[in-house]
Amino acid sequence: MEKIIESLSPNERKILPHLEEKKISEICKKSNLDQTSVLRALEYLQNKKIVNLSFKKKKIIEIGVNGALYKKKGLPERRLLHLLNEKRILKLQEAQKESRLSNDEFKAAIGALKKKAMIELKNQRIILNANKEEISKKILEESFIEVLPIEHDSLSPEQLHALKSLQNRKDIVRTKEEKIINIEVTELGKKAINYRIKEKDSIEQITPEILKKESQWKSKKFRRYDIVSSVPAINGGKRHFVNQSMDYARKIWTDMGFKEMTGNMIVSSFWNFDALFTAQDHPVREMQDTFFLDKKATLPDKKIVKAVKDAHEKGTTGSKGWQYEWDDEEAKRLVMRTHTTCLSSQTLAKLKEENLPAKFFAIGKNFRNETVDWSHGFEFHQSEGIVVDENADFRHLLGYLKQFFKKMGFEKIRFRPGFFSYTEPSVEVDVWHPEKKVWLELGGAGMFRPEVTIPLLGKHIPILAWGMGPDRIITDYYGIKDLRELYKNNITQLRKIKFWMK
Amino acid sequence: MKYKMAIINLNKKQFEKEIGKLDEKMQDRIAMFGTPIEKINNEEIQVEIFPNRPDLLSYQGFKRSFLTFLGKKTGLKKYKINKPKKDYKVIIDSSVKNVRPYTACAIVKSLKLNDEKIKELIEIQEKLHITIGRKRKKIAIGIYPLEKIKLPIIFKALEPDKIKFILLEMDREMSGLQILQRHPAGRDYAHLLAGKAKFPIFIDANKNILSMPPIINSQLTGKITEKTKDVFIECSGFDFEILKKCLNIIITSLADMGGKIYQMELKYKNIKITPDLTPEKAKISLENTNKLLGLNLDEKQLKQLIEKMGYDYNKGGVKIPAWRIDILHEVDLIEDVAIAYGYENFIPEIPDISTIGQENSKETIKRKIAEILSGLKMLEVSNYHLTNKKDEFTKMGISKKQEKDFIEVEESKTDYTLLRKYLTPYLLKNLSENIDSEYPQSIFEIGKVFKLQKEEINERENLAVAITPGNFTEIKQRLEYFLKMINVKIKIKEPEEFPLHFIDGRVAEIILGESDLMSKQMKVVGGDGRRKEKPNSETLNKRIGFVGEIHPKILKNWKIKMPVAIFEINLEEIFEKLG
Repeated sequence: MEKIIESLSPNERKILPHLEEKKISEICKKSNLDQTSVLRALEYLQNKKIVNLSFKKKKIIEIGVNGALYKKKGLPERRLLHLLNEKRILKLQEAQKESRLSNDEFKAAIGALKKKAMIELKNQRIILNANKEEISKKILEESFIEVLPIEHDSLSPEQLHALKSLQNRKDIVRTKEEKIINIEVTELGKKAINYRIKEKDSIEQITPEILKKESQWKSKKFRRYDIVSSVPAINGGKRHFVNQSMDYARKIWTDMGFKEMTGNMIVSSFWNFDALFTAQDHPVREMQDTFFLDKKATLPDKKIVKAVKDAHEKGTTGSKGWQYEWDDEEAKRLVMRTHTTCLSSQTLAKLKEENLPAKFFAIGKNFRNETVDWSHGFEFHQSEGIVVDENADFRHLLGYLKQFFKKMGFEKIRFRPGFFSYTEPSVEVDVWHPEKKVWLELGGAGMFRPEVTIPLLGKHIPILAWGMGPDRIITDYYGIKDLRELYKNNITQLRKIKFWMK
Repeated sequence: MKYKMAIINLNKKQFEKEIGKLDEKMQDRIAMFGTPIEKINNEEIQVEIFPNRPDLLSYQGFKRSFLTFLGKKTGLKKYKINKPKKDYKVIIDSSVKNVRPYTACAIVKSLKLNDEKIKELIEIQEKLHITIGRKRKKIAIGIYPLEKIKLPIIFKALEPDKIKFILLEMDREMSGLQILQRHPAGRDYAHLLAGKAKFPIFIDANKNILSMPPIINSQLTGKITEKTKDVFIECSGFDFEILKKCLNIIITSLADMGGKIYQMELKYKNIKITPDLTPEKAKISLENTNKLLGLNLDEKQLKQLIEKMGYDYNKGGVKIPAWRIDILHEVDLIEDVAIAYGYENFIPEIPDISTIGQENSKETIKRKIAEILSGLKMLEVSNYHLTNKKDEFTKMGISKKQEKDFIEVEESKTDYTLLRKYLTPYLLKNLSENIDSEYPQSIFEIGKVFKLQKEEINERENLAVAITPGNFTEIKQRLEYFLKMINVKIKIKEPEEFPLHFIDGRVAEIILGESDLMSKQMKVVGGDGRRKEKPNSETLNKRIGFVGEIHPKILKNWKIKMPVAIFEINLEEIFEKLG
């Protein structure tokens, strides 16, 4: 018992002696607390098994804004009746003017009086039918307004009728649901009420004042808190979850010894397509698929442009090339990059042989001319890496892939033949989704074609390359079904969303 | 990386009868052949064909290659080609030179066509049109019933009004221009003939028009039915080599259906004979193969593997099927060796080479900034780089006349048509879309912005921070705290001009520098002991952004009912200073 008493908060203590009061409003008055505090304290007391609370819903009819006004000024029908009492017969127009009722009020008044057969309408005139006695008597609706507020269950049939007719009119009455709380004091509660509380011996919130003097807290009791009760939630600041996951990918790459490449999102077709041996008539180079800008770039130095042109037109050492006339104007067209591979082509063009072997990676957004739906968008992320190594071979590519995806959390992985215009051999990477029990296509890989490496490096050096779309991993991790959610920036959602815990 | 997919539908019954049972193992084989299964049900399987293998775009073509891959019939498949008969001629008139200069033609006889096979014929034609045909721009294919045609055939170009014939599935004549204007196929492909004075036609010895490529065939002479036994096939376009390959893909599929191939004489300036199935010769070296793949094959194994992919191999020489378009280099052959070897059979290996991993320094700084701001209980948002004029200008109080320096993308499929010039509009958009979320709200974004500067494209990284409810003092506190934490000194100045979305008198310019002016006189020694260049005076005293309170009229445009304070700065100068 002592423990329970110790754990009572000041508010709980305040209401404890008044629990026998049935009405909350009474408890409020006696304990000098507002209703919210009383209700909360009651709930805490219930948790401590001092009271049992039961709830009942009650429908209360209240007076509305217009209702309150009419209570003072009289209902429109009363005001019209007054007027008619003097004139007996009135033209509709005149009646409205003289009664000073709004259009709606006037209509309502006419309707109400007609229904009660107190008036009739003939040739645009109102004729009073009611006699003096009827006029002087209060009509049902008037009496009803005066008794408000009233509990719905206690309405008489007449009152119900009045309520119905008033409910059809604007804000004369309102219905409110009220929760009625029934308080039942338990046996434990009864004991607690009788227990003498030594207020001054227990410490509430610890304050600097209390800490100043030892005597303030020594040999005193700390009021026990209800430590299981819920506390209001708070929000913290955080990085966008997509960027959290990007940092994670960045860490995987750097762990594996890769150096980051960054660069512009607007690039020339030369770096985005031509240097990667994508023929100039390839469908990806149409506006249908790719965002072009109405601007031209300047091409890099002549030597490399010539080498790329040759690779397309007649191939490089041992290649036939695409055998068409390569157009440098087409290569100058600026695009929103369609893949981060345009960073690889630019990096390779600057790479010096003495810096080999070298590994690079990139993470970033790419663009395609696409409508937006749950699985598509015009912006998407990509992450990719390249290994430039004189001795690299296809088995190494698969080895890197295996390790990379293992670090990403995918133990089971499968390689299939694939196709990309700048790699040969090319690989599609599937990872096994253990929960969904399906293979997911997650990445593409390959070894750069000689038509790519020779123009960029001056000679053929094997380059392993692979890339993946992290968006799919992010949506999977967060259980997001719709890709658009990634960029919705709903603050409530951002506050709630969990950290990327990898 | 992914382009439009080409899918072919294979009849499951036919597949199981002619290739084998479609069990799990077979499905795995199909995927490992490089043709992933898209869908499978009781009637059909759909497989994806990558753009480098148009020869697989028909059931016949797929079956031929896949059977060799399974090891049933390896090596190069040979077809009997019959020499042209006397009048098997196509005369190419010089008038086509400026419209559609080339055609490659063939005749295939003794076909036993039924509904299914006609469907197959139409499908292969369509798939080739869409893929290597580049929607008929590069290649247009026509197949005609030979019995309705009197040979020889002439390929020539005529003025559109002189072209008149009854189109396929129509009942009255149309002229060349009417076709482009009224017929659905004409409208779809009109752009391919737009601006040409003459349109190309195939016309027979009876002066009946067979077709007007690349648009449509004639009903009279261009409709294949179940009664058709012999067909005339033409591929027209601009590159004779690719036309020949495309023709080979079609005629070999027809031959696989039971047809007999006949050549035709094409009367260009010089006479050319098509089709020609002579295999191209190339070399593959065992050493290169082993080096590239990391294997240790011997020549016998190499021969076995490459022949599984439909080639003939003899002492380093390879004969390439005349229907393959994708073999440009030895590496293409080596990839086929890898596919035959089986990607699943390679043992992955990580080489022992050492390189140092390194994050880009800008990314490090960006992450630090995000951490500092998160510590101030701010949420990072991430918006699109593309936006629209309404958000970028109208809602920011910028009139049509004042819109400038923006970069538009061409023919966007959505309302997102231009690149964002700054981040502020998006932050306001975020706030306006979150008026139901609990306040206070404070958000930031770090991201690329784009604008035209003296006709040059300027792409840079910005940071913007918005707080609501917030005032000048609060936003300035955050600005100063964050810059102090990254050790960047600034000056706050009364601006001479400022963006229209701020309130006059409650907006300041953020100037980089101040105490840097002092340190400029100091000797600075870098970590390597050498004297370092100091940032030049241009980067000092440079405005990097604005801080202030957003004007109520702008808040009204965004339907925001709380006061908002914002700063946005250019990070590039800061990168330069810290990096």
